[in-house]
Amino acid sequence: MSVESLPLLKRRLARIERRHKPASVSPRHAPTGHDGLDRALGGGLLRGRVHELQVADPGEAGSGAGFAGVLAQRLGGELLWLREEAAERGMGRLHAAGLVEIGFDPAHLILGVLPDPAAVLRCAADAIRCPALGAVVIELWGDPRPLDLTATRRLALAAEGSGVTALLLRVAGHEAPSAAQTRIAIAPAPSIALPANAPGHPAWRIELLRQRGRPDGGAWRVEWDRANGTLREQEHDGETISGAVVPLSADRSAGALNTG
Amino acid sequence: MAVEGPLALTERHKGAVRLTACNPDAVALGLGIGMTLADARARVPDLAAVEGDPAADMSWLERIADACDRFTPSVMTEPPDGLALDITGCAHLFGGEYGLLAEVEARMRRWTGHLRHALADTPEGARALARFQTAPSSSEAAALRRLPVAALELDDEADRALRRAGLKTVGDLADRPAEPLAARFGTELPDRLARLLGRSGSVITPRRAPPALLFERRFAEPIARADDAVAVIGELAAQASITMEEQRKGGRRFVARLFRSDGHVVDLAVECGGPLRDSARIMRLFTERVAALADPIDPGFGFDMIRLAVPRIEPLAAAQLQLEGGLDHADEAIGELVDRLSMRAGPRRIRRFVARDTHIPEQAVLALPAIEAPPPAAWTTPDPAEPPHRPIHLFDPPQPVEVIAELPDGPPRRFRWRRNLHEISRFEGPERIAAEWWRRAPGDPGLTRDYYRVEDVRGRRFWLFRHGLYDEKPAPRWYVHGLFA
Repeated sequence: MSVESLPLLKRRLARIERRHKPASVSPRHAPTGHDGLDRALGGGLLRGRVHELQVADPGEAGSGAGFAGVLAQRLGGELLWLREEAAERGMGRLHAAGLVEIGFDPAHLILGVLPDPAAVLRCAADAIRCPALGAVVIELWGDPRPLDLTATRRLALAAEGSGVTALLLRVAGHEAPSAAQTRIAIAPAPSIALPANAPGHPAWRIELLRQRGRPDGGAWRVEWDRANGTLREQEHDGETISGAVVPLSADRSAGALNTG
Repeated sequence: MAVEGPLALTERHKGAVRLTACNPDAVALGLGIGMTLADARARVPDLAAVEGDPAADMSWLERIADACDRFTPSVMTEPPDGLALDITGCAHLFGGEYGLLAEVEARMRRWTGHLRHALADTPEGARALARFQTAPSSSEAAALRRLPVAALELDDEADRALRRAGLKTVGDLADRPAEPLAARFGTELPDRLARLLGRSGSVITPRRAPPALLFERRFAEPIARADDAVAVIGELAAQASITMEEQRKGGRRFVARLFRSDGHVVDLAVECGGPLRDSARIMRLFTERVAALADPIDPGFGFDMIRLAVPRIEPLAAAQLQLEGGLDHADEAIGELVDRLSMRAGPRRIRRFVARDTHIPEQAVLALPAIEAPPPAAWTTPDPAEPPHRPIHLFDPPQPVEVIAELPDGPPRRFRWRRNLHEISRFEGPERIAAEWWRRAPGDPGLTRDYYRVEDVRGRRFWLFRHGLYDEKPAPRWYVHGLFA
């Protein structure tokens, strides 16, 4: 064997190993792509931890689900999404075609619709122990009684053991003590309008409320960058190119009239 | 149930209450099935009459049939009160036909006071002998020939006509040519006669299709602990695993039946997403199943037989080991997790998404039980420059909203949803989605929907649609169909 081919072989081996490595041994952080957020998180979302995503208003549940979907896509691997039956029936079904639109491939999604919050947490604790999963989204509405410090600690221990990341998506709930690594508040932000004042790419106002072992604080306006599959800073304040000043194009209004 | 004196079950039929069943005491007093209750009371004033419950009778019969599964896998119910067992190839397990009969008698004594049974070459023959034989006979053929014509179970008219013609027993009919009998008493008669005498073939239609693989263990002494019973299921699973490995097959469904010594039967079934033959994984599913039972397994006086059936098997090639050792882990681990969660929560609760080729948004995605879903197919990836055109939450059914639009058929300006007013700052649309007229009844083409992507001043993005164009419907309604990220 010649000396030159050795590094080549080593590189090839490294590539093969990378491909076959389970999720738990991949880098400890999953970068979101947004500089400010990644810096505050120390390089990205820490794997093998519980991250709490808070959505204040039930009408903004879609926004929260979208953000959780983006993070799951950044974490990679197989995703298990657990929800309550009441939410699935009354608050809108999780729509796979919409997940495709934010870059998540539904072929890697398993949806669990469970009768009550206790069952959701039980299933989650069990699933997080399976290291083959990439992430688990635990969606809970309001302040369910079974979701207490003990329950989140159980999730956190399971996540640390297996390296699976848990995203605890809490809609319309109140802040409560938890063993989560971070707590991020999420709200929708006005998007940057496309031509003809069409709604643009999904945008969020996010705030890092709490972080274990690192300084917390910090608020950002982030936008979904579909081309790169990452988050990015929303470049303009939504108001500066507000749609109100952009007139409707002539052919659009004519088209609208003809549709009758 | 031990009842002194005459007892009859009744049923209301076209305004008259008639007897549907009588106990031997009542029969001895001259009562019979089909008599009205008033007549019966006139003859036997102290008759105890209870309204019958055919559904309960049927479930009782099913339970007895379950218990009879221990004799042969091929059991057929003959409502309302009979069972037919195909014991071909099974009798030797019980020391011959008479040994089997003795066993049946001993076991059925717990369930019922009145048992009549017979062995014959055909199910019809056995049925007729069990129901109509009055005196023992030297051979089966002779016994059948001595049966009354009622054993043919023809309708009343044919029955009466036969008796009026002086034909009293099956033997009287057996040697006569079929054509004149058919001409005089109906075509049913020669047919029934041939089947009764075994001249034309007939088979039992078993309650369950025989499983592909069957493993069982019998115990001399019943085992009385549920844990031991589960351990035996484990041993059977290991046995099944070896057999399936030899056949290069895997099971999709496993059913364990625990036969209690008092005739009660407990069924435990597990299913999995792909063919499976690893006995440890099968056992984990069974443990999960036992843990999910509403009431724990009650061994009663113990189980004296445990059986593991694999009703469905599918080809499963030998597993490929990876170069660095171990099985190809990730896929298998996910499959196992899905099986386990499905077992605990119920298979309908753990789902996977499958895309369908349709324009109707709520039908474009199917959520199927994960253990039944086909292998994942590729989803069409949208244009990366475009913002999402489909919402992440979809309301099914869509929720009605009050919309104020600039023009009757123009885009919405503001809308009220769940008592909140939303001021629209950006919109795009309409995206027009027509109903699938080619799938609908002729003359009902369905309404066209005009979809708008809208964003309110706070940045919340909604998917609204107007159900119907103005020339399709006078005042079309607006709905919110989904929420965007």
